[in-house]
Amino acid sequence: MQLPLGIEVPIPTFEQFVFIQVALLTAVAALAVVTSRNLFHSALALTLTFFGVAGVYIFLEAEFLAVSQVLVYVGAIAMLIAFAIMLTRSMMFGRTSPLNNQWGKSSLFAILFFSALLAFARATPWPAAGEEVVADEALIGQLGREFVTTYVIAFEVLGLLLLVALVGAVMLARDR
Amino acid sequence: MVPLSWYLMLAAFLFSCGLYGALARRNAIAMLMGIELMLNAANINLVAFWRHGVGPMEDLTGQAFAVLIIGLAAAEAAVGLALIIAVYRERRTIDVDELDVLAG
Repeated sequence: MQLPLGIEVPIPTFEQFVFIQVALLTAVAALAVVTSRNLFHSALALTLTFFGVAGVYIFLEAEFLAVSQVLVYVGAIAMLIAFAIMLTRSMMFGRTSPLNNQWGKSSLFAILFFSALLAFARATPWPAAGEEVVADEALIGQLGREFVTTYVIAFEVLGLLLLVALVGAVMLARDR
Repeated sequence: MVPLSWYLMLAAFLFSCGLYGALARRNAIAMLMGIELMLNAANINLVAFWRHGVGPMEDLTGQAFAVLIIGLAAAEAAVGLALIIAVYRERRTIDVDELDVLAG
């Protein structure tokens, strides 16, 4: 496809076309999370972002992760955040600006950081295409086996951390 | 096949959004949302590199670490929000600019 100014743009395949839609949705939702004045709108946009990331995992043929993403992030974390917003409602519709006084420096730094990452991602010669992956139960089974063999310590420590974190959360939020 | 750099660019954008949100928002819950965005961006990178790496069928390290990060994010959100609710009960605000008891 030839754009004016002589810029050559390769025609995207169907898969790439759908990926662009999903990525745009995710990016716009992520931008809405940090720019929305109403905190509850931020939380809803965050849920949309989590769904978009789950879609990206589908593109990467990591179905188990996509389902975990929806279960843990959309099902649990987004719900927790919504509850926390409703429990602390006085800040929900800010009378003052939702931004602190270092937002200018922060936005400049974020944009610079994004440009640096973008330049790096574009300039590095990455491998063109990944190897063939047959995403089926065998892959998920192997992931499960790795968790009880190679990564057994990390897995057990994560379980302990979750237990301690949840007991600690109950202790912290308890009404005395 | 979607090129690896596209995933990296999306993850870079999500990370930068999260960074801005965590640094510039005054509400503690909004800061936490920024941190969640950054964790998601890191996860996209891990899974993308797993998919485009050598032998994705044999070596599932990228996916395994992504699962660990999802679990870690759940613990982080639970403790963070419990702290925010405890602070709100004590101080009637969760504006991080006003929470300066420890400032010298």
